[in-house]
Amino acid sequence: MRTGAVLRPSDVDSLREAVRQQPRVWPRGAGTKTALAPPEGAVVVEVSQLRGVLDYDPAEFTFTALAGTPVREVEELLGRHGQYLPFDPPLSAAGATLGGTLASGLSGPGRYRYGGVRDFVLGVRFVDGRGELVRAGGKVVKNAAGFDLAKLMAGSLGRLGVVVELSFKVFPAPRARASLRVDRPGFEAAWGLLRALYTSSFDLEAVDLVPPGTVWVRVAGRPESLPTRVQRLRAFLQGGEVVEGDSGIWEEVREFRWVPSGWTLVKVPVTPRRVLDLERELLPTASLRRYSAGGNVAWVAWPEEPAALSDLLERLDLRGLRVLGPPGLPFLGRVDSDGFSSRVKQALDPVGRFGPYP
Amino acid sequence: MTEAVDRARVLQGLRALYPEGRILTRPAELAAYESDALTAFRARPLAVVLPETREEVVATVRWCHRHGVPFVARGSGTSLSGGSLPVPEGIVIALNRLNRILRLDPEERIAVVEPGVVNLDVSRAAAPFGLYYAPDPSSQPVCTIGGNVAFNSGGAHCLKYGMTSNHVLALEVVLADGEVVRFGGESLEGVGPDLVGLFVGSEGLFGIALEVTLRLVPKPEAYRTVLAAYRSLEAAGDAVAQVVASGLLPGAVEIMDRLSIEAAEAAVHAGYPEDAAALLLVELEGEEPEVEAELVELLEVVRASGAYEVRLARDEADRQRIWKGRKGAFSAVGRLSPDYLVQDGVVPRTRLGIALAEIERLSRKYGLRVANVFHAGDGNLHPLILYDGRQPGQLQRAEELAGEILRLCIRLGGSITGEHGVGMEKRQYLAEMFSEQDLEVMRRLRRAMDPGEIANRGKMFPVPQQLEAAAAS
Repeated sequence: MRTGAVLRPSDVDSLREAVRQQPRVWPRGAGTKTALAPPEGAVVVEVSQLRGVLDYDPAEFTFTALAGTPVREVEELLGRHGQYLPFDPPLSAAGATLGGTLASGLSGPGRYRYGGVRDFVLGVRFVDGRGELVRAGGKVVKNAAGFDLAKLMAGSLGRLGVVVELSFKVFPAPRARASLRVDRPGFEAAWGLLRALYTSSFDLEAVDLVPPGTVWVRVAGRPESLPTRVQRLRAFLQGGEVVEGDSGIWEEVREFRWVPSGWTLVKVPVTPRRVLDLERELLPTASLRRYSAGGNVAWVAWPEEPAALSDLLERLDLRGLRVLGPPGLPFLGRVDSDGFSSRVKQALDPVGRFGPYP
Repeated sequence: MTEAVDRARVLQGLRALYPEGRILTRPAELAAYESDALTAFRARPLAVVLPETREEVVATVRWCHRHGVPFVARGSGTSLSGGSLPVPEGIVIALNRLNRILRLDPEERIAVVEPGVVNLDVSRAAAPFGLYYAPDPSSQPVCTIGGNVAFNSGGAHCLKYGMTSNHVLALEVVLADGEVVRFGGESLEGVGPDLVGLFVGSEGLFGIALEVTLRLVPKPEAYRTVLAAYRSLEAAGDAVAQVVASGLLPGAVEIMDRLSIEAAEAAVHAGYPEDAAALLLVELEGEEPEVEAELVELLEVVRASGAYEVRLARDEADRQRIWKGRKGAFSAVGRLSPDYLVQDGVVPRTRLGIALAEIERLSRKYGLRVANVFHAGDGNLHPLILYDGRQPGQLQRAEELAGEILRLCIRLGGSITGEHGVGMEKRQYLAEMFSEQDLEVMRRLRRAMDPGEIANRGKMFPVPQQLEAAAAS
């Protein structure tokens, strides 16, 4: 692949200018999602210069920042005021930006409790395919005025516009956390446990299943009630090892450090019931798997070019998104072409400046 | 061709799609559909059709598209923004008979429903499995999921779990030109742009949802519902900021002012302290040990905030009574006055006190009573402006007052609508919240789905002369 030009506009006006002048544009934040690399002939427009928190009143539990702002910077700021983004934005230690997190539509294990990045974004400003600056949504936690283009941008991979500014809601950070590790003799037993937790009334921050038979559970809340809650949870799970000082475990998950270097990491949306079908198909392969968000997403690490994985997903009527590893076409598995997304694309990027779907 | 002949010709084509009794054209039959919960607006449709299958809905939309006849989809007609107001000489597609829960899958925690299913019926069906559908607009015993999807309805419990948009996983939709599309999936996660997020809240301007896949959530193990009485509305408003700042994340934080308390008490005997100037209702939900611990802190915060009486719901029946008063407040206040307008503006939560004081001042200035009952935790105001439509000029004064409140919300950095949608009522104010460029992109999206602009024509977007007026002001 040819290494294309990289533009680093220093303000929104020059970004608009860059979009207007280039026939093919590939927006990029910090480039932490290595598999999502520009197609041949596209000029990379990097938003890394557009960074900084524009507005944050801790009493309001919302903030507005430029798209190139590193997530980690925001997390540190929020942390100083006892607040956090509950969906564990992935790759934040690696340098992921707010804009890239929204555009890739990725959320970490903490999305189990209160929802993912699409549930926390309140508003955006973005540059559309004609180079116009467009605002949608708002800065308050509840808003039903106009079309919700902020949610639309979640997962859009920069193919509907270049997000330049985002507003998010945030939550009070839990004061205490505990993690439990439960091992079961085999995948099916562990999967059964995951599903039992899924319909229980336990308020869990994260529920992950790691083959062959480990379930990881994270609870958070007030320090005075946490021991009782952990005890009740252990009674339900009939055991479970409490892991102290657990932040490292989940940081490793958020950063995908369990994925061997050079492998392709694919995000596969699934449902708790279908996790078993998927695992049965993947077990004979050389892949590594982690089922997260209570079985709503499978993270599949694949050692080579994932053509065989794409076929496998298609057989199971599943879709995948390439996240890490060598660049390639972003979507794997079943091809969705609906009249709705093509019309959206046509309205926001009529000349196809940002590349096609899928 | 005369108008009467034209109308007969148009209806002839539509009659072929429906048996007798499921197409209404006589004035007496149409009367019930001329208005929704925003009673200040009325319009007579050409006909109302009552489809029973999705195929009939699709055929009707295709017929409308072919003949350039505008249509409005309607559920129970509870829209407070005039969202389901008929287009004059258009077709109303009443979806109440598409009311089947097609699939309830408790293990996957999803419900697949038709658009005419009543909101509360989803929770009722899910209850035996310990699950429920979280968004709870006050009209939930009658409002339908299709309407909730179109207007991204909220409710009292959005603080923790969001609005309708946060609970819809997949949709099957007939677009305004008759194409049927499906998007989203059964997983909480997806890949590709969030099309469901775009469709929810699009106010019926793209087309009609035929099938909606909803996310269900486990019922909380325990609730603790606290009612605190204050000597002033401002003190209750300030208490909200203190509850939020304490780091608690309640399921609901609501405020009612004196007028709403008195009205609710008279209507449902909720047992509210009647001498209070304002009531703060805070509900904690979650695991029993957690809410017990949170309650200790909540009571401390509330007592320190100047509440002169603090009560805890004794049991589930008491809790239901408290909520019945709150959820029935709109209609209870309605009994105090021949007519009312409900506003739905949002302000940043730290500006609640300022907003409430300003609304009180405006109420005096216009000589119209305003009752406040609202989702304080979200900063989502619901001023109820009381007026008498039979008095010349009162409706106009009420609308001017409403307009000033909306401008106040915009000025404070908020929104003109939190959960009722723009509809008919607030369309000219959308141009004050968004630039012409922003609106042009939204219009382009609308035309991409509906080139003839026949779906819910006239809603949400400012009409040209109003645009000019906004630009001139």
